[in-house]
Amino acid sequence: MFPELNNLLNTTPPGVEQGKLTLLCDAKTDGSFLVHHFLSFYLKANCKVCFVALVQSFSHYNIVGQKLGVSLTMARERGQLVFLEGLKSSVDVFFQAQEEPHPLQFLREASAGNLEPLYQFVREALKPVDNEEATWKCPVLLVDDLSVLLSLGLGAVAVLDFIHYCRATVCQELKGNVVALVHDSGDAEDEENDILLNGLSHQSHLILRAEGLATGFCKDVHGQLRILWRRPLKPTAQRDRSLTYQYKIQDKSVSFFAKGMSPAVL
Amino acid sequence: MAAEATCGSGAASTKSVAEAARKSNITSFQRRGPKAGGTESSGPRLVSIAGTRPSLRNGQLLVSTGLPALDQLLGGGLAVGTVLLIEEDKYDVYSSLLFKYFLAEGLINGHVLLVASAKEDPANILQELPAPLLDDNYKKEFDEEVCDHQTPETNTKMKIAWRYQLLPKMKTGPVSSSRFGHYYDVSKRMPQELLEASNCHGFFLPQKMSSNLKVEPCSLIHGYTKLLQFIQNTIYEEGFDGSNPQKKQKNILRIGIQNLGSPLWGDDVCCTENCNNSHSLTKFLYVLRGLLRTSLSACIITMPTHLIQNKAIISRVTNLSDTVVGLESFIGSERETNPLYKDYHGLIHIRQIPRLNNLICDESDVKDLAFKLKRKLFIIERLHLPPDLSDTVSRSSKQDLAESAKLLGPGCGMMAGGKKHLDF
Repeated sequence: MFPELNNLLNTTPPGVEQGKLTLLCDAKTDGSFLVHHFLSFYLKANCKVCFVALVQSFSHYNIVGQKLGVSLTMARERGQLVFLEGLKSSVDVFFQAQEEPHPLQFLREASAGNLEPLYQFVREALKPVDNEEATWKCPVLLVDDLSVLLSLGLGAVAVLDFIHYCRATVCQELKGNVVALVHDSGDAEDEENDILLNGLSHQSHLILRAEGLATGFCKDVHGQLRILWRRPLKPTAQRDRSLTYQYKIQDKSVSFFAKGMSPAVL
Repeated sequence: MAAEATCGSGAASTKSVAEAARKSNITSFQRRGPKAGGTESSGPRLVSIAGTRPSLRNGQLLVSTGLPALDQLLGGGLAVGTVLLIEEDKYDVYSSLLFKYFLAEGLINGHVLLVASAKEDPANILQELPAPLLDDNYKKEFDEEVCDHQTPETNTKMKIAWRYQLLPKMKTGPVSSSRFGHYYDVSKRMPQELLEASNCHGFFLPQKMSSNLKVEPCSLIHGYTKLLQFIQNTIYEEGFDGSNPQKKQKNILRIGIQNLGSPLWGDDVCCTENCNNSHSLTKFLYVLRGLLRTSLSACIITMPTHLIQNKAIISRVTNLSDTVVGLESFIGSERETNPLYKDYHGLIHIRQIPRLNNLICDESDVKDLAFKLKRKLFIIERLHLPPDLSDTVSRSSKQDLAESAKLLGPGCGMMAGGKKHLDF
């Protein structure tokens, strides 16, 4: 959790908003720091988190999480975190036929698969349990990242359907949040990815877009973050405002500053 | 400790040197001397596997790519459990060289090799590996030589300019400072006895395809499925995954896959833009990465990305690999005759460095890198423009040069484009 990003987004772990879809997007840079932020944020906020991690291994997320002050192993033991490790389970699914349908069953299927098993997995994971007397605040689904699903042979429409189902269940029914990362392929003309990105941008309440600098690599400024709020119900000055900040990622935190106000430049 | 590390071999001489060093250095703050690659047993306790070292930044175990200069650019080396993707140059001249360096480095360190190819028999690839510039016998002699030289030196104290005594001893010749990363002589072949001693698994697609005609319906191209099964079998049987504890010394599996995605593998991504099985390649990479992450192995893949018709696939493949290095040779292009590049044979682009156990990655500040192949060595260095020595260069030709400099790789191109766009 980066306190500076919380300030920019005007949130704190105790005051989590509910029923929101947050879209994380990165273009020409790596936006994984945003995933780490939201993971530690919701774990600190005492939410029940289902993390579909398709990019890295559990130990990677755990070690970065420890730097940000949360322990994923502890959270998993407490039952607060349900972790689906895509890389590890892909090997199991690919080499051994499973008896019950695995969330990543589509890896084995020759035709374009569907994501229903994955959705069932999410629903099971976040379903409120009676005997736990509601220790967790609200359920959260976190996906890193949706573009991998396209690479694994799923169509953009299938992924959009999946997110729509998850929104209906997590955001509406359970009053929770959904956070998902999508790569922006930029000039690579990845049509499927563009459909997915545009479709999600249309639905989401908050878009965080990390971009590499147009002028290229810089040692002291790693990129810029654009924050786009979509609050159709609040006819105030805050509505549809977009903010741009530049950022520098440090070992355990990220510092944000206004454009051109990098400490290295001043 | 420091002195012990400085000359590892020769137990008797080591002791005397160590004592001498202890007497001369009273302070407890000592510079850790570079380890001059002694016997494996005298290595530091942390590293139990030959040819590996832990990363300073993220604690990952690193292996060398076989090119110390490239190791440095990639943040110390290639992390175990990750994929290094080499984007081939147009004629696959230099990328196959990097491929061989990677395998040769594994052979020298006694790692298990797995070579997969659809074009050449893996045995032939192994035959063509470059020879290391320093074999063990020569190294021992070299170490003894260094030790002999040092013993009198440490005893005599400098009267004037005593500060120079603290400076590390200069090493002559291309001796790597440790067992991590060696230099190779591309003009010579790897000695036969080393090849025979190695443990190598070859995967030659035509052989594997003919051996088994039973094709089960799967989501992947048949060749990729076979290769994944082969890799998984090797990992399981040799015990590179933690589940099956290794009986002997722990070891690293080095996987090399040549020309992945080329038509010879049965893939059509290189032929048409809208191919039927465009997801085979990306799925293969994903499962391969899953296999690597759960085992003690590192993988190098060369891929003819310039042949892949659909750009979207390239960007997906990049996202699914860990480290991506692009090679761009000047052979056959107009840059070959351009006076700007007369010192180099091509450009090397570090396109992606993984962020492992960390928020940031070890990115080097230098983005404009060029390589050249000397008679024996493959060299990567910072791209420099040659000095303009002539007085009579006309203004117009200078501008031509400047224009062509703008056409450099993305690193330079972005800087040139910066004229119309300023971030700060």
